[in-house]
Amino acid sequence: MKKEFQIISELIESNKRVLDVGCGDGTLMKYLFENKNIDTRGLEISKHNVQKCISKGLSVIEGNAEKDLEQFPDSSFDYVILSQTLQAFYNPEKVIDNLLRVSSKAIVTIPNFGYWKVRLHLFFKGTMPVTTHLPNEWYNTPNIHMCTIKDFVNFSKQKKFNLFKSLALHGKKVSEINNNNLNVKNFFSELGIFLIEK
Amino acid sequence: MNKIHKVKTFIIEKTIKLDCGKTISNFPLAYETYGTLNKKKDNAILAFHALSGDQFVTDINPITNKSGWWSYLVGPNKAVDTNKFFVICANVIGGCMGSYGPSTVDSKTKKNIGTDFPVITINDMVNVQYNLLDFFKIDQLYSVMGGSMGGMQVLQFVANFPNKTKTALPIACTASHSAQNIALNELGRQAIMADANWKKGDYLNNENSPDKGLSVARMAAHITYLSKKGLQEKFGRKLQKREDLNFSFDADFQIESYLRHQGSAFVDRFDANSYLYITRAMDYFDLVKEYNGNLSDAFKSSKVKFFIISFTSDWLYPTSENKEIVIALNAAGADVGFIEIESDKGHDSFLLEVPEFLKSVKNFLEANY
Repeated sequence: MKKEFQIISELIESNKRVLDVGCGDGTLMKYLFENKNIDTRGLEISKHNVQKCISKGLSVIEGNAEKDLEQFPDSSFDYVILSQTLQAFYNPEKVIDNLLRVSSKAIVTIPNFGYWKVRLHLFFKGTMPVTTHLPNEWYNTPNIHMCTIKDFVNFSKQKKFNLFKSLALHGKKVSEINNNNLNVKNFFSELGIFLIEK
Repeated sequence: MNKIHKVKTFIIEKTIKLDCGKTISNFPLAYETYGTLNKKKDNAILAFHALSGDQFVTDINPITNKSGWWSYLVGPNKAVDTNKFFVICANVIGGCMGSYGPSTVDSKTKKNIGTDFPVITINDMVNVQYNLLDFFKIDQLYSVMGGSMGGMQVLQFVANFPNKTKTALPIACTASHSAQNIALNELGRQAIMADANWKKGDYLNNENSPDKGLSVARMAAHITYLSKKGLQEKFGRKLQKREDLNFSFDADFQIESYLRHQGSAFVDRFDANSYLYITRAMDYFDLVKEYNGNLSDAFKSSKVKFFIISFTSDWLYPTSENKEIVIALNAAGADVGFIEIESDKGHDSFLLEVPEFLKSVKNFLEANY
Protein backbone atom coordinates (compact mmCIF):
# COMPACT_ATOMS: atom_id res chain seq x y z
CA MET A 1 0.00 0.00 0.00
CA LYS A 2 1.11 3.54 -0.71
CA LYS A 3 2.87 5.43 2.06
CA GLU A 4 0.16 8.09 1.80
CA PHE A 5 -2.55 5.55 2.71
CA GLN A 6 -0.47 4.26 5.59
CA ILE A 7 -0.21 7.78 7.01
CA ILE A 8 -3.95 8.37 6.55
CA SER A 9 -4.82 5.14 8.32
CA GLU A 10 -2.56 6.10 11.24
CA LEU A 11 -4.54 9.31 11.65
CA ILE A 12 -7.78 7.40 12.21
CA GLU A 13 -8.68 5.51 15.40
CA SER A 14 -10.15 2.02 15.23
CA ASN A 15 -13.90 1.28 15.07
CA LYS A 16 -14.80 4.62 13.49
CA ARG A 17 -17.17 5.42 10.63
CA VAL A 18 -15.36 6.72 7.56
CA LEU A 19 -16.37 8.04 4.14
CA ASP A 20 -13.70 7.80 1.45
CA VAL A 21 -14.46 10.36 -1.25
CA GLY A 22 -12.89 9.31 -4.53
CA CYS A 23 -12.08 5.91 -3.06
CA GLY A 24 -10.61 4.52 -6.30
CA ASP A 25 -10.37 0.74 -6.29
CA GLY A 26 -11.03 0.61 -2.54
CA THR A 27 -7.48 -0.25 -1.42
CA LEU A 28 -7.56 2.16 1.53
CA MET A 29 -11.14 1.27 2.49
CA LYS A 30 -10.32 -2.42 2.56
CA TYR A 31 -7.20 -1.79 4.63
CA LEU A 32 -9.13 0.34 7.14
CA PHE A 33 -11.82 -2.30 7.44
CA GLU A 34 -9.47 -5.23 7.81
CA ASN A 35 -6.90 -3.65 10.10
CA LYS A 36 -8.85 -1.16 12.16
CA ASN A 37 -12.39 -2.52 12.01
CA ILE A 38 -13.53 0.72 10.46
CA ASP A 39 -17.01 0.93 8.95
CA THR A 40 -16.27 2.45 5.54
CA ARG A 41 -18.34 3.90 2.72
CA GLY A 42 -17.00 5.09 -0.59
CA LEU A 43 -17.94 7.55 -3.29
CA GLU A 44 -16.28 7.00 -6.65
CA ILE A 45 -16.78 8.50 -10.09
CA SER A 46 -15.37 5.65 -12.20
CA LYS A 47 -17.70 2.72 -12.92
CA HIS A 48 -14.67 0.50 -13.41
CA ASN A 49 -13.42 1.30 -9.91
CA VAL A 50 -16.90 0.92 -8.40
CA GLN A 51 -17.01 -2.62 -9.84
CA LYS A 52 -13.62 -3.35 -8.24
CA CYS A 53 -14.86 -2.09 -4.88
CA ILE A 54 -18.07 -4.14 -5.08
CA SER A 55 -16.04 -7.26 -5.79
CA LYS A 56 -14.12 -6.56 -2.56
CA GLY A 57 -17.40 -6.42 -0.67
CA LEU A 58 -17.09 -2.66 -0.11
CA SER A 59 -20.10 -0.37 -0.05
CA VAL A 60 -19.37 2.19 -2.71
CA ILE A 61 -21.68 4.57 -4.49
CA GLU A 62 -21.00 5.65 -8.04
CA GLY A 63 -21.15 9.40 -8.04
CA ASN A 64 -19.48 12.76 -8.26
CA ALA A 65 -18.38 14.36 -4.99
CA GLU A 66 -19.45 17.82 -6.20
CA LYS A 67 -23.07 16.68 -6.54
CA ASP A 68 -23.39 13.55 -4.48
CA LEU A 69 -21.84 14.60 -1.18
CA GLU A 70 -25.06 16.56 -0.64
CA GLN A 71 -26.98 13.37 0.04
CA PHE A 72 -25.05 12.49 3.17
CA PRO A 73 -26.59 13.88 6.34
CA ASP A 74 -24.76 16.29 8.64
CA SER A 75 -22.15 14.67 10.91
CA SER A 76 -22.92 11.19 9.60
CA PHE A 77 -19.26 10.12 9.68
CA ASP A 78 -16.36 10.34 12.13
CA TYR A 79 -13.87 10.99 9.34
CA VAL A 80 -14.05 11.77 5.67
CA ILE A 81 -11.06 11.20 3.40
CA LEU A 82 -10.24 13.08 0.22
CA SER A 83 -7.07 11.76 -1.30
CA GLN A 84 -5.48 13.78 -4.11
CA THR A 85 -8.80 14.78 -5.58
CA LEU A 86 -9.40 18.33 -4.33
CA GLN A 87 -7.56 19.83 -7.30
CA ALA A 88 -9.94 18.12 -9.75
CA PHE A 89 -13.11 19.84 -8.58
CA TYR A 90 -14.78 22.81 -10.21
CA ASN A 91 -15.49 24.20 -6.77
CA PRO A 92 -13.00 22.88 -4.19
CA GLU A 93 -14.21 25.38 -1.62
CA LYS A 94 -17.73 23.96 -1.72
CA VAL A 95 -16.41 20.41 -1.51
CA ILE A 96 -14.40 21.26 1.62
CA ASP A 97 -17.51 22.84 3.16
CA ASN A 98 -19.43 19.66 2.42
CA LEU A 99 -16.70 17.41 3.79
CA LEU A 100 -16.76 19.30 7.07
CA ARG A 101 -20.54 19.14 7.07
CA VAL A 102 -20.81 15.33 6.80
CA SER A 103 -17.98 14.85 9.26
CA SER A 104 -16.31 17.07 11.81
CA LYS A 105 -12.90 15.72 10.76
CA ALA A 106 -11.56 15.47 7.24
CA ILE A 107 -8.27 14.15 5.93
CA VAL A 108 -7.30 15.96 2.75
CA THR A 109 -4.21 15.21 0.73
CA ILE A 110 -2.94 17.38 -2.11
CA PRO A 111 -0.22 16.97 -4.71
CA ASN A 112 2.01 19.95 -3.96
CA PHE A 113 2.37 22.34 -6.89
CA GLY A 114 5.06 24.14 -4.91
CA TYR A 115 7.40 21.13 -5.08
CA TRP A 116 10.80 22.18 -6.43
CA LYS A 117 10.66 19.86 -9.45
CA VAL A 118 7.34 21.40 -10.46
CA ARG A 119 8.75 24.88 -10.02
CA LEU A 120 11.91 24.12 -11.95
CA HIS A 121 9.95 22.47 -14.74
CA LEU A 122 7.93 25.61 -15.26
CA PHE A 123 10.90 27.88 -14.68
CA PHE A 124 13.36 26.24 -17.07
CA LYS A 125 11.19 24.45 -19.58
CA GLY A 126 8.45 27.06 -19.62
CA THR A 127 5.80 24.36 -20.04
CA MET A 128 3.17 22.99 -17.64
CA PRO A 129 4.83 20.53 -15.22
CA VAL A 130 4.44 16.79 -15.68
CA THR A 131 5.61 14.72 -12.69
CA THR A 132 4.90 11.39 -10.96
CA HIS A 133 2.03 12.91 -8.99
CA LEU A 134 0.90 15.07 -11.92
CA PRO A 135 1.24 12.74 -14.89
CA ASN A 136 -1.11 14.50 -17.32
CA GLU A 137 -0.54 17.14 -19.98
CA TRP A 138 -2.25 20.51 -19.52
CA TYR A 139 -4.86 19.68 -22.17
CA ASN A 140 -6.03 16.39 -20.68
CA THR A 141 -5.43 16.86 -16.99
CA PRO A 142 -8.38 16.45 -14.62
CA ASN A 143 -6.50 18.77 -12.24
CA ILE A 144 -8.00 22.17 -12.81
CA HIS A 145 -7.38 23.75 -9.40
CA MET A 146 -3.78 22.98 -8.49
CA CYS A 147 -2.50 24.42 -5.25
CA THR A 148 0.60 24.34 -3.09
CA ILE A 149 0.98 23.27 0.53
CA LYS A 150 1.28 26.95 1.41
CA ASP A 151 -1.90 27.75 -0.52
CA PHE A 152 -3.78 25.13 1.45
CA VAL A 153 -2.44 26.43 4.76
CA ASN A 154 -3.52 29.96 3.80
CA PHE A 155 -6.86 28.60 2.64
CA SER A 156 -7.43 27.05 6.08
CA LYS A 157 -6.84 30.43 7.75
CA GLN A 158 -9.19 32.18 5.36
CA LYS A 159 -11.92 29.55 5.72
CA LYS A 160 -11.32 29.35 9.49
CA PHE A 161 -10.98 25.61 9.77
CA ASN A 162 -8.33 24.09 12.01
CA LEU A 163 -5.33 22.25 10.67
CA PHE A 164 -5.25 19.63 13.37
CA LYS A 165 -2.33 17.91 11.75
CA SER A 166 -0.21 18.96 8.76
CA LEU A 167 2.19 16.46 7.27
CA ALA A 168 4.55 16.60 4.32
CA LEU A 169 5.50 13.57 2.32
CA HIS A 170 8.57 13.24 0.16
CA GLY A 171 9.27 9.77 -1.19
CA LYS A 172 8.71 7.69 1.92
CA LYS A 173 9.74 10.42 4.30
CA VAL A 174 7.06 12.01 6.45
CA SER A 175 7.52 15.21 8.41
CA GLU A 176 5.40 17.71 10.30
CA ILE A 177 4.67 21.07 8.74
CA ASN A 178 4.68 24.07 11.06
CA ASN A 179 4.79 27.84 10.69
CA ASN A 180 8.59 27.88 10.85
CA ASN A 181 9.30 25.32 8.16
CA LEU A 182 6.33 26.01 5.87
CA ASN A 183 8.41 27.51 3.04
CA VAL A 184 10.90 24.66 3.19
CA LYS A 185 8.26 21.95 3.25
CA ASN A 186 6.42 23.71 0.45
CA PHE A 187 9.58 23.48 -1.63
CA PHE A 188 10.73 19.94 -0.83
CA SER A 189 7.50 17.91 -0.48
CA GLU A 190 5.54 16.09 -3.14
CA LEU A 191 2.41 15.68 -1.08
CA GLY A 192 0.63 17.50 1.71
CA ILE A 193 -1.54 15.55 4.13
CA PHE A 194 -3.89 17.53 6.35
CA LEU A 195 -6.23 16.49 9.11
CA ILE A 196 -8.69 19.34 9.26
CA GLU A 197 -11.48 20.18 11.68
CA LYS A 198 -14.31 22.64 11.64
CA MET B 1 -53.46 -23.79 -18.40
CA ASN B 2 -53.60 -27.55 -18.84
CA LYS B 3 -50.00 -27.82 -17.68
CA ILE B 4 -50.80 -26.23 -14.36
CA HIS B 5 -49.98 -29.51 -12.58
CA LYS B 6 -46.33 -28.70 -13.25
CA VAL B 7 -46.68 -25.84 -10.83
CA LYS B 8 -45.67 -26.29 -7.19
CA THR B 9 -47.99 -24.60 -4.75
CA PHE B 10 -48.47 -24.44 -1.03
CA ILE B 11 -51.58 -23.34 0.75
CA ILE B 12 -51.34 -20.36 3.07
CA GLU B 13 -53.91 -21.16 5.72
CA LYS B 14 -53.50 -18.18 8.00
CA THR B 15 -55.52 -15.03 7.51
CA ILE B 16 -53.75 -12.12 5.85
CA LYS B 17 -55.21 -8.67 6.01
CA LEU B 18 -54.83 -6.82 2.74
CA ASP B 19 -54.26 -3.07 2.39
CA CYS B 20 -57.75 -2.70 0.89
CA GLY B 21 -59.20 -3.93 4.20
CA LYS B 22 -60.32 -7.37 3.03
CA THR B 23 -58.80 -10.57 4.38
CA ILE B 24 -57.68 -13.70 2.56
CA SER B 25 -56.88 -17.17 3.90
CA ASN B 26 -56.49 -20.75 2.65
CA PHE B 27 -55.19 -19.68 -0.71
CA PRO B 28 -52.45 -21.10 -2.96
CA LEU B 29 -49.02 -19.57 -3.53
CA ALA B 30 -47.16 -21.03 -6.51
CA TYR B 31 -43.37 -21.17 -6.27
CA GLU B 32 -40.27 -22.67 -7.79
CA THR B 33 -36.78 -23.24 -6.41
CA TYR B 34 -33.33 -23.66 -7.93
CA GLY B 35 -30.23 -25.05 -6.25
CA THR B 36 -30.14 -26.60 -2.80
CA LEU B 37 -30.76 -25.12 0.61
CA ASN B 38 -27.65 -25.85 2.68
CA LYS B 39 -27.65 -27.23 6.22
CA LYS B 40 -27.08 -23.86 7.82
CA LYS B 41 -29.92 -22.48 5.71
CA ASP B 42 -27.91 -19.36 5.04
CA ASN B 43 -27.73 -19.52 1.24
CA ALA B 44 -31.32 -18.72 0.30
CA ILE B 45 -32.14 -15.90 -2.10
CA LEU B 46 -35.71 -14.77 -2.60
CA ALA B 47 -36.18 -13.41 -6.12
CA PHE B 48 -39.21 -11.27 -6.88
CA HIS B 49 -40.59 -11.19 -10.38
CA ALA B 50 -41.72 -8.17 -12.39
CA LEU B 51 -45.10 -7.38 -13.94
CA SER B 52 -45.11 -10.05 -16.63
CA GLY B 53 -42.84 -12.55 -14.86
CA ASP B 54 -43.61 -15.66 -12.89
CA GLN B 55 -41.91 -18.11 -10.53
CA PHE B 56 -39.94 -19.75 -13.34
CA VAL B 57 -36.77 -17.71 -12.97
CA THR B 58 -34.45 -19.85 -15.07
CA ASP B 59 -34.25 -23.14 -17.01
CA ILE B 60 -37.17 -23.88 -19.31
CA ASN B 61 -40.52 -22.61 -18.09
CA PRO B 62 -42.68 -25.78 -18.15
CA ILE B 63 -45.80 -23.83 -19.02
CA THR B 64 -44.48 -21.70 -21.87
CA ASN B 65 -41.57 -23.97 -22.91
CA LYS B 66 -39.41 -20.85 -23.13
CA SER B 67 -36.38 -19.86 -21.07
CA GLY B 68 -37.10 -18.40 -17.65
CA TRP B 69 -37.11 -14.61 -17.41
CA TRP B 70 -33.81 -14.38 -15.52
CA SER B 71 -31.98 -17.15 -17.40
CA TYR B 72 -29.00 -14.90 -18.12
CA LEU B 73 -28.52 -14.15 -14.44
CA VAL B 74 -29.57 -17.25 -12.50
CA GLY B 75 -28.28 -20.80 -12.92
CA PRO B 76 -25.27 -23.04 -12.31
CA ASN B 77 -22.04 -20.96 -12.53
CA LYS B 78 -24.01 -17.88 -13.53
CA ALA B 79 -24.05 -14.53 -11.69
CA VAL B 80 -26.51 -15.95 -9.18
CA ASP B 81 -24.83 -19.32 -8.97
CA THR B 82 -27.33 -22.04 -8.13
CA ASN B 83 -24.45 -24.39 -7.30
CA LYS B 84 -23.95 -22.11 -4.33
CA PHE B 85 -27.26 -20.38 -3.68
CA PHE B 86 -30.78 -21.65 -3.18
CA VAL B 87 -33.06 -19.42 -5.23
CA ILE B 88 -36.75 -19.21 -4.40
CA CYS B 89 -39.31 -17.35 -6.47
CA ALA B 90 -43.08 -17.22 -6.08
CA ASN B 91 -45.78 -16.08 -8.43
CA VAL B 92 -47.22 -12.90 -6.90
CA ILE B 93 -50.81 -12.98 -5.68
CA GLY B 94 -52.95 -11.49 -8.40
CA GLY B 95 -50.78 -13.37 -10.90
CA CYS B 96 -51.82 -16.15 -13.26
CA MET B 97 -49.22 -18.87 -12.84
CA GLY B 98 -50.87 -20.79 -10.03
CA SER B 99 -50.98 -18.26 -7.19
CA TYR B 100 -54.22 -16.87 -5.85
CA GLY B 101 -55.48 -14.41 -8.44
CA PRO B 102 -58.42 -13.39 -10.62
CA SER B 103 -58.14 -16.57 -12.70
CA THR B 104 -58.39 -18.81 -9.61
CA VAL B 105 -61.58 -20.89 -9.67
CA ASP B 106 -63.79 -20.21 -6.66
CA SER B 107 -64.48 -23.51 -4.91
CA LYS B 108 -68.07 -22.58 -4.16
CA THR B 109 -69.25 -21.01 -7.40
CA LYS B 110 -66.91 -23.09 -9.62
CA LYS B 111 -66.29 -19.90 -11.56
CA ASN B 112 -63.20 -17.75 -12.01
CA ILE B 113 -63.02 -15.04 -9.39
CA GLY B 114 -62.41 -12.34 -12.01
CA THR B 115 -62.83 -8.81 -10.76
CA ASP B 116 -64.26 -10.03 -7.48
CA PHE B 117 -60.60 -10.55 -6.58
CA PRO B 118 -59.56 -7.81 -4.15
CA VAL B 119 -57.32 -5.00 -5.32
CA ILE B 120 -53.87 -5.86 -4.00
CA THR B 121 -50.69 -3.90 -3.34
CA ILE B 122 -46.95 -4.53 -3.44
CA ASN B 123 -47.13 -4.68 0.35
CA ASP B 124 -49.74 -7.46 0.14
CA MET B 125 -47.61 -9.40 -2.35
CA VAL B 126 -44.61 -9.18 -0.04
CA ASN B 127 -46.52 -10.10 3.12
CA VAL B 128 -47.82 -13.19 1.37
CA GLN B 129 -44.40 -14.22 0.05
CA TYR B 130 -42.92 -13.77 3.52
CA ASN B 131 -44.64 -17.08 4.35
CA LEU B 132 -42.06 -18.80 2.14
CA LEU B 133 -39.54 -18.33 4.96
CA ASP B 134 -41.70 -20.36 7.33
CA PHE B 135 -42.43 -22.88 4.62
CA PHE B 136 -38.71 -23.53 4.06
CA LYS B 137 -37.88 -22.95 7.75
CA ILE B 138 -35.42 -20.22 6.87
CA ASP B 139 -34.66 -17.74 9.62
CA GLN B 140 -32.78 -15.22 7.51
CA LEU B 141 -32.37 -15.02 3.75
CA TYR B 142 -28.97 -14.29 2.28
CA SER B 143 -30.52 -11.91 -0.21
CA VAL B 144 -33.70 -10.53 -1.68
CA MET B 145 -33.46 -9.38 -5.26
CA GLY B 146 -35.59 -8.24 -8.14
CA GLY B 147 -35.86 -5.77 -11.01
CA SER B 148 -38.64 -3.33 -11.83
CA MET B 149 -41.71 -4.40 -9.82
CA GLY B 150 -39.42 -7.06 -8.35
CA GLY B 151 -37.22 -4.25 -7.03
CA MET B 152 -40.22 -2.56 -5.45
CA GLN B 153 -40.93 -5.79 -3.62
CA VAL B 154 -37.31 -5.87 -2.44
CA LEU B 155 -37.69 -2.40 -0.92
CA GLN B 156 -41.01 -3.30 0.66
CA PHE B 157 -39.59 -6.55 2.03
CA VAL B 158 -36.71 -4.81 3.78
CA ALA B 159 -39.03 -2.11 5.10
CA ASN B 160 -41.43 -4.76 6.50
CA PHE B 161 -38.89 -7.34 7.66
CA PRO B 162 -35.58 -5.56 8.27
CA ASN B 163 -33.93 -8.52 9.99
CA LYS B 164 -34.97 -11.21 7.57
CA THR B 165 -32.32 -10.73 4.93
CA LYS B 166 -28.61 -10.06 4.99
CA THR B 167 -28.42 -8.28 1.63
CA ALA B 168 -30.81 -6.67 -0.82
CA LEU B 169 -30.57 -5.93 -4.53
CA PRO B 170 -33.24 -3.59 -5.85
CA ILE B 171 -32.63 -3.20 -9.58
CA ALA B 172 -34.05 -0.66 -12.05
CA CYS B 173 -36.90 0.35 -9.79
CA THR B 174 -38.41 3.18 -7.81
CA ALA B 175 -39.70 3.85 -4.30
CA SER B 176 -42.75 5.64 -5.63
CA HIS B 177 -44.54 5.07 -8.93
CA SER B 178 -44.35 8.29 -10.95
CA ALA B 179 -47.17 9.98 -12.88
CA GLN B 180 -45.55 8.75 -16.10
CA ASN B 181 -45.47 5.17 -14.78
CA ILE B 182 -49.13 5.38 -13.77
CA ALA B 183 -50.09 6.92 -17.12
CA LEU B 184 -48.43 4.13 -19.06
CA ASN B 185 -50.10 1.47 -16.92
CA GLU B 186 -53.45 3.18 -17.34
CA LEU B 187 -53.01 3.03 -21.11
CA GLY B 188 -52.63 -0.74 -20.87
CA ARG B 189 -55.61 -1.15 -18.58
CA GLN B 190 -57.82 0.95 -20.83
CA ALA B 191 -56.81 -1.15 -23.83
CA ILE B 192 -57.93 -4.29 -21.98
CA MET B 193 -61.14 -2.83 -20.63
CA ALA B 194 -62.03 -1.36 -24.06
CA ASP B 195 -61.95 -4.86 -25.56
CA ALA B 196 -65.58 -6.04 -25.89
CA ASN B 197 -64.47 -9.50 -24.77
CA TRP B 198 -63.33 -8.25 -21.38
CA LYS B 199 -66.93 -8.19 -20.13
CA LYS B 200 -66.07 -6.50 -16.85
CA GLY B 201 -63.58 -9.24 -16.14
CA ASP B 202 -65.98 -12.14 -16.49
CA TYR B 203 -64.46 -13.46 -19.73
CA LEU B 204 -62.81 -16.63 -18.40
CA ASN B 205 -66.24 -18.04 -17.75
CA ASN B 206 -67.14 -17.23 -21.37
CA GLU B 207 -65.57 -18.34 -24.60
CA ASN B 208 -63.54 -15.35 -25.71
CA SER B 209 -60.81 -13.52 -23.82
CA PRO B 210 -59.86 -9.86 -24.37
CA ASP B 211 -56.79 -10.91 -26.36
CA LYS B 212 -56.74 -7.83 -28.56
CA GLY B 213 -56.83 -5.49 -25.58
CA LEU B 214 -54.15 -7.39 -23.67
CA SER B 215 -52.02 -7.54 -26.79
CA VAL B 216 -52.19 -3.77 -27.28
CA ALA B 217 -51.39 -3.27 -23.60
CA ARG B 218 -48.32 -5.44 -24.00
CA MET B 219 -47.23 -3.68 -27.19
CA ALA B 220 -47.42 -0.28 -25.53
CA ALA B 221 -45.62 -1.53 -22.44
CA HIS B 222 -42.94 -3.25 -24.47
CA ILE B 223 -41.95 0.08 -26.07
CA THR B 224 -41.36 1.47 -22.60
CA TYR B 225 -38.96 -1.38 -21.82
CA LEU B 226 -36.66 -0.45 -24.72
CA SER B 227 -34.70 2.67 -25.58
CA LYS B 228 -34.94 4.90 -28.62
CA LYS B 229 -31.35 4.14 -29.53
CA GLY B 230 -31.82 0.41 -29.03
CA LEU B 231 -34.93 0.39 -31.22
CA GLN B 232 -33.24 2.44 -33.90
CA GLU B 233 -30.20 0.19 -33.99
CA LYS B 234 -32.18 -3.04 -34.03
CA PHE B 235 -35.01 -2.06 -36.38
CA GLY B 236 -34.42 1.38 -37.84
CA ARG B 237 -36.83 1.75 -40.75
CA LYS B 238 -36.22 -1.78 -41.97
CA LEU B 239 -39.14 -3.30 -43.83
CA GLN B 240 -40.73 -6.61 -42.95
CA LYS B 241 -40.23 -9.17 -45.73
CA ARG B 242 -40.98 -6.72 -48.52
CA GLU B 243 -39.11 -4.56 -50.99
CA ASP B 244 -41.13 -1.41 -50.59
CA LEU B 245 -43.95 0.16 -48.61
CA ASN B 246 -47.24 -1.63 -49.11
CA PHE B 247 -49.52 1.40 -48.87
CA SER B 248 -51.72 -0.45 -46.40
CA PHE B 249 -51.98 -0.92 -42.65
CA ASP B 250 -50.19 -4.24 -42.66
CA ALA B 251 -46.98 -4.48 -40.69
CA ASP B 252 -44.73 -2.81 -43.25
CA PHE B 253 -41.96 -2.13 -40.76
CA GLN B 254 -40.03 -4.74 -38.80
CA ILE B 255 -40.74 -2.89 -35.58
CA GLU B 256 -44.48 -3.24 -36.19
CA SER B 257 -44.18 -6.93 -36.85
CA TYR B 258 -41.98 -7.32 -33.76
CA LEU B 259 -44.47 -5.55 -31.51
CA ARG B 260 -47.39 -7.53 -32.93
CA HIS B 261 -45.49 -10.69 -32.19
CA GLN B 262 -44.74 -9.53 -28.64
CA GLY B 263 -48.43 -8.79 -28.15
CA SER B 264 -49.76 -12.08 -29.50
CA ALA B 265 -47.14 -14.19 -27.70
CA PHE B 266 -48.06 -12.50 -24.42
CA VAL B 267 -51.78 -13.34 -24.54
CA ASP B 268 -50.92 -17.04 -24.72
CA ARG B 269 -49.31 -16.91 -21.31
CA PHE B 270 -50.91 -14.05 -19.43
CA ASP B 271 -54.31 -13.27 -18.04
CA ALA B 272 -55.82 -9.86 -18.80
CA ASN B 273 -57.34 -9.47 -15.34
CA SER B 274 -53.97 -10.25 -13.74
CA TYR B 275 -52.53 -7.47 -15.88
CA LEU B 276 -55.09 -5.07 -14.44
CA TYR B 277 -54.46 -6.13 -10.85
CA ILE B 278 -50.67 -6.17 -11.01
CA THR B 279 -50.34 -2.82 -12.79
CA ARG B 280 -52.71 -1.37 -10.17
CA ALA B 281 -50.50 -2.71 -7.40
CA MET B 282 -47.49 -1.01 -9.02
CA ASP B 283 -49.37 2.28 -9.34
CA TYR B 284 -50.35 2.18 -5.68
CA PHE B 285 -46.73 1.63 -4.67
CA ASP B 286 -45.48 4.65 -2.74
CA LEU B 287 -43.06 3.75 -0.01
CA VAL B 288 -42.37 7.46 0.49
CA LYS B 289 -45.99 8.13 1.41
CA GLU B 290 -46.13 4.99 3.54
CA TYR B 291 -43.39 6.51 5.67
CA ASN B 292 -45.01 9.95 5.81
CA GLY B 293 -42.82 11.56 3.20
CA ASN B 294 -39.52 10.35 4.60
CA LEU B 295 -38.27 7.31 2.71
CA SER B 296 -35.29 7.04 5.08
CA ASP B 297 -37.61 5.95 7.85
CA ALA B 298 -38.43 2.83 5.83
CA PHE B 299 -34.85 1.67 6.33
CA LYS B 300 -34.07 3.19 9.72
CA SER B 301 -33.74 -0.04 11.65
CA SER B 302 -32.16 -2.01 8.84
CA LYS B 303 -28.73 -3.65 8.98
CA VAL B 304 -29.19 -4.95 5.46
CA LYS B 305 -26.41 -4.41 2.95
CA PHE B 306 -27.94 -2.85 -0.16
CA PHE B 307 -26.67 -2.76 -3.70
CA ILE B 308 -28.71 -0.68 -6.10
CA ILE B 309 -28.31 -0.95 -9.85
CA SER B 310 -29.74 1.27 -12.58
CA PHE B 311 -29.22 1.45 -16.36
CA THR B 312 -28.25 4.50 -18.41
CA SER B 313 -30.95 4.03 -21.09
CA ASP B 314 -33.79 3.09 -18.73
CA TRP B 315 -36.36 5.89 -19.02
CA LEU B 316 -39.13 3.96 -17.27
CA TYR B 317 -37.30 3.72 -13.93
CA PRO B 318 -34.43 6.11 -14.60
CA THR B 319 -31.19 6.42 -12.65
CA SER B 320 -32.53 9.54 -10.92
CA GLU B 321 -35.33 7.51 -9.28
CA ASN B 322 -32.94 4.75 -8.26
CA LYS B 323 -30.67 7.37 -6.76
CA GLU B 324 -33.56 8.64 -4.64
CA ILE B 325 -33.42 5.28 -2.91
CA VAL B 326 -29.64 5.53 -2.48
CA ILE B 327 -30.05 9.00 -0.98
CA ALA B 328 -32.72 7.79 1.44
CA LEU B 329 -30.55 4.87 2.49
CA ASN B 330 -27.57 7.15 3.04
CA ALA B 331 -29.70 9.52 5.05
CA ALA B 332 -30.67 6.59 7.25
CA GLY B 333 -27.00 5.67 7.62
CA ALA B 334 -27.69 2.35 5.91
CA ASP B 335 -25.07 0.24 4.18
CA VAL B 336 -25.49 0.91 0.46
CA GLY B 337 -23.60 0.57 -2.81
CA PHE B 338 -24.77 1.86 -6.14
CA ILE B 339 -23.78 1.56 -9.78
CA GLU B 340 -25.31 2.78 -13.02
CA ILE B 341 -24.67 0.30 -15.82
CA GLU B 342 -24.06 1.53 -19.37
CA SER B 343 -26.56 -0.12 -21.69
CA ASP B 344 -28.61 0.78 -24.77
CA LYS B 345 -31.15 -1.89 -23.96
CA GLY B 346 -33.47 0.30 -21.89
CA HIS B 347 -35.39 -0.90 -18.87
CA ASP B 348 -35.21 -4.48 -20.18
CA SER B 349 -31.44 -4.43 -19.55
CA PHE B 350 -31.97 -6.21 -16.24
CA LEU B 351 -33.39 -9.23 -18.10
CA LEU B 352 -30.81 -9.30 -20.89
CA GLU B 353 -27.23 -10.27 -21.43
CA VAL B 354 -25.53 -7.12 -20.20
CA PRO B 355 -22.08 -8.32 -19.05
CA GLU B 356 -21.31 -5.42 -16.70
CA PHE B 357 -24.66 -5.94 -14.99
CA LEU B 358 -24.19 -9.68 -14.62
CA LYS B 359 -20.68 -9.03 -13.28
CA SER B 360 -21.94 -6.52 -10.70
CA VAL B 361 -24.51 -8.92 -9.31
CA LYS B 362 -22.00 -11.76 -9.18
CA ASN B 363 -19.36 -9.61 -7.50
CA PHE B 364 -21.77 -8.35 -4.90
CA LEU B 365 -23.29 -11.73 -4.03
CA GLU B 366 -19.97 -13.55 -3.87
CA ALA B 367 -18.07 -10.86 -1.97
CA ASN B 368 -20.62 -10.68 0.83
CA TYR B 369 -21.47 -14.35 1.24
